[in-house]
Amino acid sequence: MASAAHVVTLTIDGRDVSANADDTVLEVARENGIFIPRLCNIDGLTPVGACRLCLIEIKGSPKLVPACVAKVTEGMEVTTKSERLDRYRRVILEMLFAERNHICSVCVSNGHCELQALALDIGMTHVRVPYRYLRVGIDASHDRFIVDHNRCVLCTRCVRVCDEIEGAHTWDLLGRGTNSRVITDLHQPWGESDTCTSCGKCVNVCPTGALSIKGHSVAEMSKRKQFLPYLTLMRTEK
Amino acid sequence: MTPEELNKLAATTRKHQQQFAHQINVCVGTGCQSSGSAAVLEALTGEVKKTGAQSSCLVRGSGCRGMCASGPLLSVDPEGVLYGPVTVEDAPDLVRSLSEGKLTRLVCESDSPFFTRQCRVVLENAGRIDPERIQDYIAMEGYSALARVVTEMSPGEVLEEITRSGLRGRGGAGYPTGLKWSTVAKARSEQKYVICNGDEGDPGAFMDRSVMEDDPHRIIEGMAIAAYAVGAKQGYIYVRAEYPLAIKRLKNALAQAKRDGFLGDGICGSSFSFTVDLRLGAGAFVCGEETALIASVEGRRGMPRPRPPYPAVAGLWGKPTLINNVETFGNIQSIIRKGADWFATIGTERSKGTKVFALTGRVANSGLIEVPMGITLREIVYEIGGGIPEGRRCKGVQTGGPSGGCIPEALLDRPVDYESLAELGSIMGSGGMIVIDETSCMVDVAKYFMEFCMTESCGKCVPCRTGTSQMHDLLHKITEGEASLDDLDLLQELCEVVRNTSLCGLGQSAPNPVLSTLRYFKDEYMAHIVDKQCPAGVCQMRHAVEV
Repeated sequence: MASAAHVVTLTIDGRDVSANADDTVLEVARENGIFIPRLCNIDGLTPVGACRLCLIEIKGSPKLVPACVAKVTEGMEVTTKSERLDRYRRVILEMLFAERNHICSVCVSNGHCELQALALDIGMTHVRVPYRYLRVGIDASHDRFIVDHNRCVLCTRCVRVCDEIEGAHTWDLLGRGTNSRVITDLHQPWGESDTCTSCGKCVNVCPTGALSIKGHSVAEMSKRKQFLPYLTLMRTEK
Repeated sequence: MTPEELNKLAATTRKHQQQFAHQINVCVGTGCQSSGSAAVLEALTGEVKKTGAQSSCLVRGSGCRGMCASGPLLSVDPEGVLYGPVTVEDAPDLVRSLSEGKLTRLVCESDSPFFTRQCRVVLENAGRIDPERIQDYIAMEGYSALARVVTEMSPGEVLEEITRSGLRGRGGAGYPTGLKWSTVAKARSEQKYVICNGDEGDPGAFMDRSVMEDDPHRIIEGMAIAAYAVGAKQGYIYVRAEYPLAIKRLKNALAQAKRDGFLGDGICGSSFSFTVDLRLGAGAFVCGEETALIASVEGRRGMPRPRPPYPAVAGLWGKPTLINNVETFGNIQSIIRKGADWFATIGTERSKGTKVFALTGRVANSGLIEVPMGITLREIVYEIGGGIPEGRRCKGVQTGGPSGGCIPEALLDRPVDYESLAELGSIMGSGGMIVIDETSCMVDVAKYFMEFCMTESCGKCVPCRTGTSQMHDLLHKITEGEASLDDLDLLQELCEVVRNTSLCGLGQSAPNPVLSTLRYFKDEYMAHIVDKQCPAGVCQMRHAVEV
């Protein structure tokens, strides 16, 4: 094959699009104005395929594939919207809402929350699965930031940004299954962390009100995620 | 050790063993040790010494004979008499029996269907060699396959032989082993790895543990042959830390294999080099999933990642990696030694060879069995297993652990192979086989497995993390007699979502126990929901219908 094979053409929801061979379906779809929901994925961090909201159908593949890690291939036929996908996304979102305590009316991120926005986008109007009301703690020991585990969706954006961009690796995961939670250092209070540089990147990439800056009340906490693509770009293109 | 030296050692070891008129092989596997076989071994060794019979009688620890329910077991060879359960007090009688004839009160019928219906390939040496002595393994033609492979065969010929044998992965999914090996062999990389997956975690399953404990060199030999075929220099055996005896035996075997030149540089006088290290798991079921296992070997949190890329292309530290299950590696030396054609004569059209099962539950003879593929479940339960105790009725058989399903009694005549088990809504799995009788409630069984999946979900992907706990709660509600038909609908919807959207096999297969019990035992669900009654009398219904 000639080197021209770097550019491929594929169809997304019946539309012909072209792309670089190392792009993911999610990137190409967004480039072409096709919306695919996502939660754990964020531009500038390694995709992990964990939230399963960006699952798509690829013709000829029996399994659904997360668009954030699926590389485009020549002649690929992608479906991003179908009755089945919509239903699955809605159920996944319902289960997320029911897992911990997502109460928008008292949340600092109300109106600026990605989880809330997803519910709107996907058309989730009710939660049919039983609420589990898992009680998890709040850590306000840090001078400037607060982590409220009740609002955490375990997307691990904070873990990844701290490791990949800041290089501190303050955040990590503890426990298994529904008992997992994000921790600072070796599960000590955030305020006592030796590694945290207080850069605030984790707070700004957090999709919900789980990580916030102290002093913000209901609906006052909006996040600034723009720094991430810039940083990534500056680091790759000298 | 060159092939000639190997043959010589095998011959002298055999000759040495033949000097003894009798051999007493006491099982020192985990099962028999827990019922006191170590003390029996000690007592017999002392008794033989006391009576001055040590020149004519060899007493040694050996591996599992399978009939764990009758342990501690021992065999007297070459007569081939099996005794069990044996106690320390029986030692004098047993030693006397060597000259005075069979000790009938302890004889375990070795011509019963439990033994005659089996076909031992992977377990051929279990109970016949001392797992801690490499010489014993060599005397059974051990390492002769490796010596032949590295001195006479090209990697391509090895791949061809394994492909032709039709061997499929014994970890559960049944991926063709030859195809997997070829993919890794084709990958271009300076460094490649071979990993043996010994993270056996299904409840009630202990096949791999037995192979590792009873015949550790067989796994090392299989891995070395694989490494030669795919071009790897480094291997890892990943064993769960809950298997201390297997770890001890593997460590010992690795040191011996290195000492005798079956591992290390220039294996068997060739230019092929291969080393194997042991890695211990920390008790997470999900680490049996290959990408999670790789993360764990790398020293990271054991969580799966999306595939592709598959480990065959980018695995351990991003290098092409071959991962096979313990039992798969256990088949390799037999295939090379006896030929792919021999292997392909065992089993069915698409599932070749044998399968080791840990037969447990409500069955008379529980233990470890190796059967040819294609045998029916009924033969396993009623002939090998000896049926259900106390004349109770069999309800079904659960295969594949928390990823598998329940097959009802009416369908027990189906053959055991990858395709037909999948058709029935279960899977071959790694080899757990639990017999269920009428005293068990199928909803309760499904709840048990769902609880297992819920606590073992790593928490990475949303459907598995939240879905398994939601499904568990719904099942719990049903067993409490508090569920409605709407709850059943919701349960079925969650099953579909979790199965189709989860990241790895754990979540994708977690609904299987529910789906298969719903398929075959829906009446039991309805009894709980509509009549508020548990037909088996297992569930304590909170709201029993008042008459």
